[in-house]
Amino acid sequence: MVSTARGREGTSYGNQAVAQSSSRRSRLDTQREWILFILFMLPNIVLFGLFTFWPMVENVRLSTQRWDMISPIRLSVGLANYRYLLKDETFHQVLINTAYFTVAAVGLSLLLGLIVALLLNQPLKLRNGARAIVFAPTLLSGAAIGIVWSYIFDPRYGLMAQGLSWINVSSPDWLNRPEWAMPAIIIVYVWKNLGFAAVIFLAGLQAIPKDLYDAARVDGANVWWRFRSVTLPMLSPITFFLLITSILNTFQAFDIIRVMTQGGPVDATNTLIYYVYEQGFIDFNAGRSAAASLVLFVLMMIVTLVQLRFAEERVHYG
Amino acid sequence: MGSLSIQNQRRLNQVVGYLAMVLIVLVIGLPVWWMFSASLKTTQEIYTFPPDWIPQNPRWSNFKEAWESAPFGRFYLNSIITTVAGSGLEVFNATLGAYALAYLRFPLKNVVFAILLAALMIPAQVTILPNYVFFGSTVFDLIGESWVNTYQAIVLPGASVAFGTFLMRQSFLGLPREVLDAAKVDGAGHLRTLWDVVLPMARPVIVTFGLISVVAKWNDYLWPLVITQTQNMRTLTVGISSLYDLEGNTQWGVVMAATIFVIFPLLVVFVFAQRFIIEGLTSGATKG
Repeated sequence: MVSTARGREGTSYGNQAVAQSSSRRSRLDTQREWILFILFMLPNIVLFGLFTFWPMVENVRLSTQRWDMISPIRLSVGLANYRYLLKDETFHQVLINTAYFTVAAVGLSLLLGLIVALLLNQPLKLRNGARAIVFAPTLLSGAAIGIVWSYIFDPRYGLMAQGLSWINVSSPDWLNRPEWAMPAIIIVYVWKNLGFAAVIFLAGLQAIPKDLYDAARVDGANVWWRFRSVTLPMLSPITFFLLITSILNTFQAFDIIRVMTQGGPVDATNTLIYYVYEQGFIDFNAGRSAAASLVLFVLMMIVTLVQLRFAEERVHYG
Repeated sequence: MGSLSIQNQRRLNQVVGYLAMVLIVLVIGLPVWWMFSASLKTTQEIYTFPPDWIPQNPRWSNFKEAWESAPFGRFYLNSIITTVAGSGLEVFNATLGAYALAYLRFPLKNVVFAILLAALMIPAQVTILPNYVFFGSTVFDLIGESWVNTYQAIVLPGASVAFGTFLMRQSFLGLPREVLDAAKVDGAGHLRTLWDVVLPMARPVIVTFGLISVVAKWNDYLWPLVITQTQNMRTLTVGISSLYDLEGNTQWGVVMAATIFVIFPLLVVFVFAQRFIIEGLTSGATKG
């Protein structure tokens, strides 16, 4: 009993075991630990291999082929799919739409999220209830929410038309006008996701030590100056985290767009992720879909690498 | 400039604060209210402008009509099966993986770590096409039948987990060392330690991750949309969107009632568990 305990201690701290017999024991234990480690990790790693890593290899292969997803023949076409994307005006539109959507949706979610967080950081009664309500849409199904908002944007009988009529503005036909469809999608996305930013910002605000504010107050800093010299700098790591995760999330926003506009009208809301779906599962261009999905992947990779780079710098200088 | 003006200033701030809070709650809450009220409206009430905020004679039969307009019973069954299986596998994989990373020695641990990190960077959305081809033709070549339109195809690609593994490993490492050592002294093996010591102590983080996972699986849309082909395999999110594609803007009352079928379980989860979920998400962010 005692010797087992010692033997295990030996393994867990990686020292030489005390006695001969327990050293042998510890070697056996080590091997058993390795086997157990492999067994514990295996299902996860195998699934990742099959459904995450291998598909990326397949994506590369598919992107060099022309294939309609049905016929037994896959034509090898080299880089033709990429050349097509490079020249195709629809794809250019898709890239512009993706940038438009990402910048507007991320910017507004973060800005409004910060404002809501600053408000809910005040000593107001019921603020936890308000926090819960603001956060709730984050958890709701995008497909269902998209349908509800399609009704809200109904130009004659919707909630938006009602709201606009109070200020004597007639409602645009949101989802059927190329210039209004994207703003409509952005409104829904921001409505759904600003609660996430708000909750994270709020946690960041509550982690700022009170004495920093006291010190600033003693120095005679007014509210705005305290915000600029204490709040903003202290929030900058969390802002950066939110910026990165929000960008990655908007790149993946699909359900709202599919339900509300199906990428239209005339591709006005066709973003990269929607294009990948459309090329693959509506137009049956497996090659173009795979090539576009690799473009999407590379963009997301760049954002992630920026994050890692920044995190490293903070370790170095912080 | 007495204390009165400071007090007044403070009171004014409070009033402005409460007004702003009410405004925010209204803006966020109105669409949900709109959904609930429309789900009880008659077609005529839907098409009156300005709209009634509260339906005059609530039309409960919208729910009955919605339930009969598509096989919602089956959609529920499919969503429950795929959510339970998918989240169950995620929690299982995350727990075992986290235990291995936190407490077991292995020479290539860094490599395993790197593999999980790399997996974290490949979103499911960029792998839908190859995965579809896999379940369609590769599986067909291997076993003679396609797995497109099956539960296993809906569940398996989302059954592996990197985020949850890291989240749990972090919390496992924070468990009191003495308790774990005591279990060792008592001669408990790793399985016993995991089951009797680590799991009970780490219950909060497991519950949190489980909830996040359940919400994500329930709401999942893109993959079930492409991998299911017949009504009887649709999950709720896909089923409701195809109902909407068909019925369009003609039957708003019924369509709103149907969206409540999808959202209602989430609202229930939310009411009971929002605190867990918010805490889980914020701890991930503020520590990272």
